[in-house]
Amino acid sequence: MRIDSERARRTKKRKKIVHYLVCSIIAVIMLFPFYWMLTTSLKTYSNVMKFPPQWWPDPFTLDNYIELFSRHPFLTYLWNSVYIAALVSLGVVFVSSLAGYAFAKIRFKGSNFLFLVILSGMMMPIEVTIIPLFLALSEMNLANSHFGLIIQPIFGYCGAFGTFLMRQFFITVPTELIEAGKIDGASHLRIFNKIMLPLASSTIATLVIFSFLQSWNDYLMPLVLLNDSRTYTLPLGLKLFASEMGVEWNLVMAGATFSTLPMMIVFFFSQRKFMESLAMAGIKG
Amino acid sequence: MRSKSKLYGKDPLWGHTFISPMLIGFIVISLLPIIATFFISLTDWALLNNKVEFIGFENYKKLFSDPLFYKVTKNTLLFTVLLIPSNLVLCLGLASLLKRNFKGVGFFRTAVFTPVITTVVVWGILWKYIFQTDNGLVNTLLSMIDIKGPQWLYNAKLAIPVAVFVTLVKGLGLNMVIFIGAMKDVPDMYYEASEIDGASKLRQFFSITLPSIAPSIFLVTIITIIGSLKVFAQIDTLTEGGPGTSSFVFVYYIYQQAFKYYNFGYASSISAILFAIIVVLTLIQWKMRKRWVYHEN
Repeated sequence: MRIDSERARRTKKRKKIVHYLVCSIIAVIMLFPFYWMLTTSLKTYSNVMKFPPQWWPDPFTLDNYIELFSRHPFLTYLWNSVYIAALVSLGVVFVSSLAGYAFAKIRFKGSNFLFLVILSGMMMPIEVTIIPLFLALSEMNLANSHFGLIIQPIFGYCGAFGTFLMRQFFITVPTELIEAGKIDGASHLRIFNKIMLPLASSTIATLVIFSFLQSWNDYLMPLVLLNDSRTYTLPLGLKLFASEMGVEWNLVMAGATFSTLPMMIVFFFSQRKFMESLAMAGIKG
Repeated sequence: MRSKSKLYGKDPLWGHTFISPMLIGFIVISLLPIIATFFISLTDWALLNNKVEFIGFENYKKLFSDPLFYKVTKNTLLFTVLLIPSNLVLCLGLASLLKRNFKGVGFFRTAVFTPVITTVVVWGILWKYIFQTDNGLVNTLLSMIDIKGPQWLYNAKLAIPVAVFVTLVKGLGLNMVIFIGAMKDVPDMYYEASEIDGASKLRQFFSITLPSIAPSIFLVTIITIIGSLKVFAQIDTLTEGGPGTSSFVFVYYIYQQAFKYYNFGYASSISAILFAIIVVLTLIQWKMRKRWVYHEN
C-alpha cells in the first residue's frame, strides 16, 4: 500500500515536471521572435549578417534607433496612430452605448428591425467597402487625411459590434433603476449619463480595447488613403520604411520594436482585461 | 411585469434620438458603400476610362474566365484549408495544457497571447526577417544541422504555407483563451464521474471536453474562415503577392486591381463576391449561435 502511494506520488511529480517543460518550450518558441526582433535592433549591420548568428548583441548599439528617427518621422507616425485610435474608441463608445441603451431599454417602433439593420454592419468589413469609400473621400478631397480612418471604424464593424455588446449589457441592468429615475423626473439622457454609463464601465473598457486595437492594427485603409508621409500611421510607415531599408534588418527591427513597444507596455499592465476583452469580442463578434 | 414596463412606457423620441447617430453613420459609411460596390461592379469604371458605362454582369463573366481569379480563389481556399485544422488542433492542445490554474500559468498564457496584440505589419515583417533565405533565423538553425533551407518566401509552393504559419502563430493566443473559457464551463462532475469509471485523460478529452465545447469550436472555425478570406497585411508584408502571383489572395487582388491599375469596376465585382460569401458565413454563425444559446448559459 505504502509503496503504491509513493509510486503514485512520484508519477504525479514526474507528470508535473513534463507539463512545466512542455509549457516552457512553448513559451520560448512564442517569445523568441520578439527577443530576436529586439536584439537585432541593438546590433550593428555587420553583426546582423554574421554566421553563426550573434545570440546576444556585441557590441551593443543604439545607433539604429538614432538613424531610424533621422530617416523617418516615427514619432509622428506614433502620434497619428495613437490619436486616431483614441478618437475611434471614443466615437465607438459614444454612438454604440447610446444605441445599445436605446435598443435594450427604450421601447419604440421598429426597434427590433433597426437593431438587425445596424447589426448587419458586421458583415460589411472595410475590405468590401473600400472602393466606394476611397472614391467618395477623393471626391471630397478627404482621401489624404485621417477623416476616413476615424469615421469608418466608428460606423463600420466596430460600431456595429459595439452596439450589440452594449445592448447585451444593458439588457441585464434591472429596469427598476430606470423607473426609479423616471419617477424622480429624470430624462432618459440623464438616466443614461448618471446611472447607466457608470454601471457599464467594464463593458465600455472591453469595447475601448477592441476598437483601439482594430484601429491601431489597420493597414489596408491607411495604405489606400494616405500618400503623404506626415499623415502615415505606424503600420504604414513601418511597412514603407522596411521596403526602403531592404536587408538592413538592424534598422527595420528597430522600427518594428519601436512600433510594438507602446502597445506591449499597455498590455503587460492589464493582460487579463486584454485577454478577456478580445476573447469576448471573438466569441460575440 | 406588464404594468411595470408600462411605467417607463414608450419613448419613441428618445429611442430614435439615441440610435440616430449610429444609424445614420451606418447608412452612410457601410450600407451605401455596399450598394455602391455592387453598382460599380456593373460598370466599366476605370481611371483611364472617360466614359463610364453600365455593362451589366460583364465584369462577373470576365472574372470567371480570368485565370488569375481562379488562382486567387485557389490560393485563398488553400490558405483557409491549411489554417483551420492546424489552428483547431494547436489551440485545443494549448487550451488543455493551460486551462487549469497552476503556478506560472499566467506567464505561459501571456507568452502565447503576446502576438495577438502585435500589429499584423510588425508580425509580418518580423517573420519575413526570420524566413530570409540567407541569414534568416530558420535557415540558420537548419544549416546547423546540415540542412540547406529552401527559399521560403521566394518559392511558389511555399509562399502560402509560410503565410498560413505566420497567421496561425499570431492567432493562437486568442483562440486558446476562447477555448479555455469554454472548457472552464464544463461541469467538473462530468470528469469526476468518468474518473471513477476509469476513463483516461485522452478519453475524457474526446468524450467530454470536445462535445461540450463544440459551439466554441464551431465559432472559432467560422471566425477563422472569415479572417482567412480577408487576409491581406500578412501577404503584403511577407511576399507582396509573390513570387509572381503565387500568393495572390482575394483582398490582394482587389487592392491590386483597384488601387494599382484603377480598374474600379472589375475590382468591385471581386468585392461583391467576397461580400456575398461573408454574408452567408455570418448568417450561419448567427443561426447556430441562436440554437446554442442555452448552451452558452
